[in-house]
Amino acid sequence: MERIKSKIAMLAILLAAGGSLHAGETLPIRNCTWCHGTGAQGFTTAPRLAGQRQQYITNQLLYFYRHTRDNPLSKQYMWPAAENISPQIARDLALYFSALPPRAANDGDSGLAARGKEIYELGIADSNVAACVVCHGPKAEGVRQIPRLAGLTDAYLRKRLEQWSQGFHATAELMPQIASTLSADEIDALASYLSFVK
Amino acid sequence: MTINLKLVLPGAALAFVLFASDQSGSADDRRAAVFPRQSFQAKLEYCKTCHGLSGQGYYGYFAMPRLAGQQPKYVENQLRAFIDRRRTNPVMFNVAHSLSPSMVAALAAHFRDLNPKPLGGAPREVVATGKTIYQEGLPDSNVPACSACHGPEAKGQDEIPRLAGQLFSYTVKELTNWSKERGQGSESDTSALMVPTAHNLSQSQIAAIAAYLSYLP
Repeated sequence: MERIKSKIAMLAILLAAGGSLHAGETLPIRNCTWCHGTGAQGFTTAPRLAGQRQQYITNQLLYFYRHTRDNPLSKQYMWPAAENISPQIARDLALYFSALPPRAANDGDSGLAARGKEIYELGIADSNVAACVVCHGPKAEGVRQIPRLAGLTDAYLRKRLEQWSQGFHATAELMPQIASTLSADEIDALASYLSFVK
Repeated sequence: MTINLKLVLPGAALAFVLFASDQSGSADDRRAAVFPRQSFQAKLEYCKTCHGLSGQGYYGYFAMPRLAGQQPKYVENQLRAFIDRRRTNPVMFNVAHSLSPSMVAALAAHFRDLNPKPLGGAPREVVATGKTIYQEGLPDSNVPACSACHGPEAKGQDEIPRLAGQLFSYTVKELTNWSKERGQGSESDTSALMVPTAHNLSQSQIAAIAAYLSYLP
């Protein structure tokens, strides 16, 4: 009786989260991979979730729910998506995606990658650009709530940096300030470099 | 006359959107208009990007140390050490090169006056041991009491750094690798004094001291 009750409870929770289930599926993963791609490797504007930091994913779902991550794409796609995700499901989804093996997008401009690597590792002291490496790590893998940047698409990385310097998600820790120090060329170089990092 | 919000708000919102989203001009122009790049305010924001918005330090992938309340002479010495490569750090090498002497003095004075709460987070169970070592030293291991130079409240003086509130893993890293990381001092930089002391501390003693210091206000 207990097993049946817990199965019904699980079904109820998952149906409340939206989407129907296949046999054996215990998390509403398909609601995410629908846009984020099979294997969560990303698809067009939806970024790769595979291999992303668990704490980062959990936090973003919270920011979507609270509407503090407020750029137009987030508003259109992720605000509704995050509406019905409970904190527990958010943590479980984040754990699941963080454990998937990431692949590099490799879609930047390889001619810009060397410049991007230089900016990533050293910053640009004369124009007050911080070295990304000190927070995001030598392999751009991130740590704790600081996201993995390695292998994200050139377009997504560029968009995020542009959004912060345009004033979106103004409450994000540090990134609005940092993005505002970058010129368009520097953003291009960084985004290209990072798209190649495995 | 009462204001009909239904009429005023959309107009106000539209005006806000128009002004807020004025994207004309490059990022460079916008930046320079707000802060000239070499201005004190710009450099200060730059430091705080990594060292914490109140200078309290930050745990990124690496631990960026607390600068708040730090002794200005110590800050100046370390920036000089980065330039001379007596202290090896490629990021700080470039940062130090971008600062004029008067900028260094102004930044150091600013950070000296900041007083945010320590970040904390260190293991609590070794704090008592750390306090004992800090105040009494380890006579049998030839380790002097840290308080003798760094002060009873770990605030430091002159070229001797404040340790109070320093990030736990930063302190551990420095003490563990002192000879490798910190190199030799100069006439005004007495960091070579730390070589035998750091060498005589065991790893668990280092962790205890670092934990104790990390919670000091």
